Amino acid sequence: MTEFFQSLGMNYEWAWFVATISGILLIALPVMLAVALVIYMDRKVLGAVMMRRGPNVVGPFGILQSFADGLKVFLQETIIPSAANKGIFLLAPIITFTVALLAWAVIPFDAGVVLADINVGLLYVLAISSLGVYGITMAGWASNSKYPFFSAMRAAAQMISYEVSIGFILVCVVLYANSFNLTEIVEGQRGHGFGIVNGYYFNLLLFPMWVVFFISSLAETQRAPFDLTEAESELVAGYQTEYSSMSFALFWLGEYANILLMCSLNTLLFFGGWLPPIDWAPLYAVPGFIWFLLKTIFFFFMFSWIWATVPRYRYDQLMRLGWKVFLPMSLLFVALTSGWLMLTRYGGAA
Amino acid sequence: MTVFAFYMFAAFVIASGAMTILSRNPVHSVLWLILAFFNAAGLMVLVGAEFLAMLLIVVYVGAVAVLFLFVVMMLNIDFAEMRAGFMKNAPLGLAVAVILLAELVLGIGAYRAGRLELGTPTGDAAPIAGASNIENIGALLYGKYVFLFEAAGIILLVAMIGAIVLTHRERRATRGHQNIAKQNARRPDEATVNVKPEYGQGVEL
Repeated sequence: MTEFFQSLGMNYEWAWFVATISGILLIALPVMLAVALVIYMDRKVLGAVMMRRGPNVVGPFGILQSFADGLKVFLQETIIPSAANKGIFLLAPIITFTVALLAWAVIPFDAGVVLADINVGLLYVLAISSLGVYGITMAGWASNSKYPFFSAMRAAAQMISYEVSIGFILVCVVLYANSFNLTEIVEGQRGHGFGIVNGYYFNLLLFPMWVVFFISSLAETQRAPFDLTEAESELVAGYQTEYSSMSFALFWLGEYANILLMCSLNTLLFFGGWLPPIDWAPLYAVPGFIWFLLKTIFFFFMFSWIWATVPRYRYDQLMRLGWKVFLPMSLLFVALTSGWLMLTRYGGAA
Repeated sequence: MTVFAFYMFAAFVIASGAMTILSRNPVHSVLWLILAFFNAAGLMVLVGAEFLAMLLIVVYVGAVAVLFLFVVMMLNIDFAEMRAGFMKNAPLGLAVAVILLAELVLGIGAYRAGRLELGTPTGDAAPIAGASNIENIGALLYGKYVFLFEAAGIILLVAMIGAIVLTHRERRATRGHQNIAKQNARRPDEATVNVKPEYGQGVEL
């Protein structure tokens, strides 16, 4: 994009600056729009599963419901509890929201359509998603109220626990793709299954890892059945209890942006990103962006589906699953994957 | 652009480092420390060590500092008591600061005077041309220095086992132990009964 702005007669620095800013806006604004629509979809799916209609009043089929909610929340009064630590209380939702948008910088939407094609892309995503816990922890502490604090402690423990196994799963994928760059990881999946199927899921060593990754991404984004941080029967509304108005909305938007990010990571790492599901020439006629979007929406549908059907875990069960089941399993698969690649790709010579 | 970024990150590191010491609330201190880590990662990106920068964020900001914050938040810290020990420990802190400053002055002075030559790695340790620094670090760590790497791993393992042994307590008497497999195997038909009472009769169990 820098060349385009240079052709408008700017010098290189200005062109780079303007191109980067417009690139950021071109990603952030559609992501926000997608978040609004995805919240609507979430409620519609939930409604359908529970045999209700879901939102159907605002706009055609209720599609503008999220915007109406946004406007409502925007017009509300911001309440800051008198016992709260004011600065951190206001900073927490901003951090959650910013961090949720930051990781999108390295997500490739199509071949070459990425803001920053850095060669540690996957590590960057891991690094940024590990920052997500701060917004919640700070919110819980700064609220100076017991339920948000419990929720913050749960969130911190939960996110750190599942990040460990996510890290090992990513190692498996990186071993296969031979790169940390997300574009190269997607390209590595072209024709991975017998030269026909695009995607690492079609692999006996990586399919179990995808299942673990999917469950861990539910836990990482605090979605049901792992939504213990906002378990309303125990903790009122968790870390959001004391928040209102825009500060609440920022948590909400950040949370859904994170969920979308995890869905797109599922797509990019295991289901071939923007590549069509099958390596067959006519399917490439559909733009890669559409495939990426379809797969991401599919994973989001699975997120809502699980929300509607699976009961909430108990906290000790959550910890047991993370540390005693997923961690040993992913460690075993790192050993298996690297052993298999050593035998097949590198000729078995140690 | 790079110069601007460098001064921005450097200024933030120093400012947040200072605020870590100066802020009165320990939780604020930890948060400033995290900001310092974050900006230090930015500096590492600027010198082209993007792998180390990401590791710094994943390990220190994402895990170590979270636990740190966690502990500080849970402690009920008495500020007055904390301040009481300040004058007693001040000479010690001052001594450490002076020694560190002297070392820095010596090191940088020697380098400036040309007495210290920073070698460039050669032979097996030489950087691979055209490879990213992940590959370079990997080639060194798992090739040339593999035994040192294994030794570091064993030391960490010993430390881990030590920590577990020190904190592990048998608590059999206090709580009935759960059998997860038994809980998962339980089905509704063995846990509940469906009685169809007559209207107005009620249920006797």
